[in-house]
Amino acid sequence: MSIRTPLARVRGLGAAKDGTHHWWLQRVTSVIMVPLILWFVISLLSVSRADYATFQLWLSNPIRAGLMATLLVTAFYHASLGMQVIYEDYVRPEGAKVAALLATQFVLFLLGAISVIAVLKVALA
Amino acid sequence: MAQFNLPPNSIIGTGKTYYAGAGTKNVRRFQIYRWDPDTGENPRMDAYEVDLAACGPMILDALLKIKNEVDPGLAFRRSCREGVCGSCAMNIDGTNTLACTKAIDDVAGEVTIYPLPHQAVVKDLVPDLTHFYAQYASIKPWLQSATPPPERERLQSKEDRAKLDGLYECILCACCSTSCPSYWWNSERYLGPSVLLQAYRWIVDSRDEFTGERLDDLEDPFRLYRCHTIMNCTKTCPKSLNPAKAIAEIKKLMVERR
Repeated sequence: MSIRTPLARVRGLGAAKDGTHHWWLQRVTSVIMVPLILWFVISLLSVSRADYATFQLWLSNPIRAGLMATLLVTAFYHASLGMQVIYEDYVRPEGAKVAALLATQFVLFLLGAISVIAVLKVALA
Repeated sequence: MAQFNLPPNSIIGTGKTYYAGAGTKNVRRFQIYRWDPDTGENPRMDAYEVDLAACGPMILDALLKIKNEVDPGLAFRRSCREGVCGSCAMNIDGTNTLACTKAIDDVAGEVTIYPLPHQAVVKDLVPDLTHFYAQYASIKPWLQSATPPPERERLQSKEDRAKLDGLYECILCACCSTSCPSYWWNSERYLGPSVLLQAYRWIVDSRDEFTGERLDDLEDPFRLYRCHTIMNCTKTCPKSLNPAKAIAEIKKLMVERR
């Protein structure tokens, strides 16, 4: 039971002066992924029946490797931004929210790192 | 997690049924949410049969008839009976709207009426809007200017005045905010569609000189950015306004000033 005024509860700790950057990056990453995903799907169809050596040669092109790495990093970053919003919406209490956020961001960062290293490994082999 | 199921003291039981008298022909049944804080009992749905032949056309007419002739204990807010005061906002047939502008004929079959969703209930159909009004006060809904007051009116071009159309008509009935899932889960920090539309009404007003400060006060992951364009607000607005668009315009200004 709080005897603070309703306005004091609403004003709370004040505006964080933050959130626009997060919102904007979520839009930017989603727009970047539209052409990248199209390229990804079309490209995969073209090498879908190739053996490993052919695929390795295909990915050793720096532009293709660069596009592939950019797509993967963008996708995992976008996922991280989106998951953060979902946790902020639904997860209570504050401790559980922070724990879920840290765990998810760690896993997504790790997946991003692993996938970039995998692309480099194939492209540079 | 956010609480999705009703707490035990909010689970709704079945209440009384009030039958229409003999000789009535055009009978419609109203299922109405009842809760009395003084009894300590759970809420219940009471059923009232209303003879539409002796009742006005709107939902509010039926509520007034029930209160006048059947059950004086039924509590609800109403005032203007023409959609400009916003008092009689409630959840009718699954949608938040104004009882005074919703026709009984627009509802097929039984009419179910609940108070506005996800607000504490004072009694029956009366929600506690204290927090909602405090949120409205927090956006400083008045003209702010650093220039000393002029001798005459503050002038505004026709084009600038036109920017307020679709905003100034908002009657703060809270239909939109209480239809918004983001507001349900995070209303302690998210301002909600109604208050954000009102905030934009002052942001876009050409006579106001505190646009930047207003944006500063909204720039927050919760106050503004809990809006995920679900669009329930625009769908439910009994004045056919578009709070979702007003919120999108605020977000655009936030990017524009970076």
